[in-house]
Amino acid sequence: MGDRKQVRLLWGAAALVAVVVGFTLIYKGSTGLQWILSGLTVGSIYALVAMGFSVIYSSTRVINFAQGEFTMLGGMLMFTLCTRGGLPLWLGFLLTVGIVTLLGAGFERAAIHPLKDQSVITVIIVTIGLAIFIRAVAKWIWGTDPVKVASFTGDKPLHFFGASIVPQSLWVFGLTLLAVVLVFAFFNRTLLGKGMRAAADNPDAASLVGVSASTSSLVAWAIAAAVGAAAGAVIAPINFAAYDAGAMLGLKGFSAAVLGGLGSAPGAVVGGLVLGVLEMITAGFAPSGYKDAVAFLILILVLLIRPQGLLGKPADVKV
Amino acid sequence: MAHKILRWKLPIALFCVLVAISLVGMGCGTQKVDTSKSVYKIGAVLSLSGPAAPLGQPEQNSLKMLESQMNAGSGVSGHKVQFIIEDDQSDPAKATVAITKLIKQEGVAAMIGSSSTGATLAMAPVAESSLTTQVCCAAGTAITKPVNKYIFRTPPTDSMAIDKVLGYLTGNLKVTKIAILHDANAYGTGGATELAARAPAKGITVTANESYGTSDTEMTPQLTKIQQTPAQALVVWGTNPGPATIAKNMQQLAMKIPFIGSNGIANKTFITLAGPAANGVVFPGGNMLIPSSIPAGTPWRNAVDKFTADYKAKYGKDADTFAAHGWDAGLILTDAMKTAGTNKAQIQTAVQATKGLVGIDGTYTYSATNHDGLNSGDLIMIKIENGAWTQIK
Repeated sequence: MGDRKQVRLLWGAAALVAVVVGFTLIYKGSTGLQWILSGLTVGSIYALVAMGFSVIYSSTRVINFAQGEFTMLGGMLMFTLCTRGGLPLWLGFLLTVGIVTLLGAGFERAAIHPLKDQSVITVIIVTIGLAIFIRAVAKWIWGTDPVKVASFTGDKPLHFFGASIVPQSLWVFGLTLLAVVLVFAFFNRTLLGKGMRAAADNPDAASLVGVSASTSSLVAWAIAAAVGAAAGAVIAPINFAAYDAGAMLGLKGFSAAVLGGLGSAPGAVVGGLVLGVLEMITAGFAPSGYKDAVAFLILILVLLIRPQGLLGKPADVKV
Repeated sequence: MAHKILRWKLPIALFCVLVAISLVGMGCGTQKVDTSKSVYKIGAVLSLSGPAAPLGQPEQNSLKMLESQMNAGSGVSGHKVQFIIEDDQSDPAKATVAITKLIKQEGVAAMIGSSSTGATLAMAPVAESSLTTQVCCAAGTAITKPVNKYIFRTPPTDSMAIDKVLGYLTGNLKVTKIAILHDANAYGTGGATELAARAPAKGITVTANESYGTSDTEMTPQLTKIQQTPAQALVVWGTNPGPATIAKNMQQLAMKIPFIGSNGIANKTFITLAGPAANGVVFPGGNMLIPSSIPAGTPWRNAVDKFTADYKAKYGKDADTFAAHGWDAGLILTDAMKTAGTNKAQIQTAVQATKGLVGIDGTYTYSATNHDGLNSGDLIMIKIENGAWTQIK
């Protein structure tokens, strides 16, 4: 009964977004298309950060406020390895993801694992401390100036239907698609992934079938760090990497994750894209200063009507 | 047992080494400074971290350089100078705490700071209530308008930069319609508001006045809106990295109208970030960015040449205008203390009486009604060509 009402709500939300997008396209033509393309680029960035939040939340019920810092580290390491170090892009990318994955696992063992008997709230507060720590170290290593990482395949914009897009945006789209497929498959098709979801709901029962809460947390942090770092590496040519970029990315990514439904990888993508596109359309129609206000207003409205987010499962589900 | 001894011995040994190092250090640095005279303490609150850190860091660098150069010479009338620097983390509330600490606990005679307008204004009541002279490195108009007896500034004001921009729009470009795109923070909004208010008197219509968030990564929606107005030039008021994103987005949209920036992009970081998209961008900046714009042989040119060479040798990078602001703030206060010593009332009088003091940003002359020191003649318009700065005459 409740299910059917929820499905109707979801269709309603989808129809509403479609109407807004359609209206923008018809009313503004190629300019409207430009706003939507910009929105998809920004939205994919939010989606990638949101996915990191979802991975850790769905396996441990912890919200990792250091997620934006993984993305920051991804961008800064690309700068060090490729721009400064002269490594080829693919090697720099793999090394960046590898290093940050190890760091993510390391942070989990050093700061999160020792708190395994503490409440989730305590762990969340520790992640805030972790974010401040990572930012301070990054400032010490890289200084305070934003840095530039070269685009993967040049800066020559691609034009179609009167709108334009930079090639780097296509890389961001591609990575978003790849990441959501891999993360979704991991949690729904592999034994470890399914076990990790089980461990979040019932740690004791899951440990009986071989997935301990400890392993689950370690693997989740490693995956979240990997997704975050890959995101940072790919978006660095667009948004300029800087030691303090993680804070804003984290905030927007968290909003996207909540909007789409915490714990759902497809939800993170939907949440990110919807947030990004609505932001850019608002900036186009209304005085641009209102764009963040409108985006967060929509977030609040969605949460009032559907607290679990667009694609999230209701919190009171019986296991 | 062995462990216990080690636990005691190591810290003691380290302490001895530290004492030895500091004694040796003191012995070397005091050739002309009279050690029997008291140390002149000047406090500085700068934004060493947070969004304004690119301003605060070079300011700190040049204060440290000034301190070591003065103490290697005769200090201030034989007194050793010490700049005690605190970080306000780009947060006005923390700036208030920092200045209170420096005045109450360290007993500084005068204050420098802060890097941003918000933090400077937050410090002002503390400086005023303790009758301490405060020389700031921030450009916001509100700091010296109306004049506060105890606050002076080193950088050219935003109003002076707007003077130059308006002069360039009407004199060089000869345009009558402009669009404004500004950062939504205090600096961007303040500049855009003043520019929009003063443009009509120069015969310029503002066709669009848009804003963006400091950490936004896409400005194409604002730019497409501007494209649909008859604007002949775009004035961008903000600090890095926003304007670099705008330059890149304009290239992506194939927008051809001239890009005029603010003094907020008067640094090499903008060129690095925007890459080829930076070419053609014009902005107001200090003469010190292009030393050849100052006539050779003048005291100003000599000071700038020495400062930029020393800075590069010490820190391995080019001095920017923020480094100049910090240096000049230290210079103005130490100059005043030559006659005023550490008497707070006399320091205020002496700084206010500063006349024709040659700094790096320009020549400083203060009065009871003018605490700005410089004027718009101390700025030039600069164009980026092939990734390098050239002066526009």
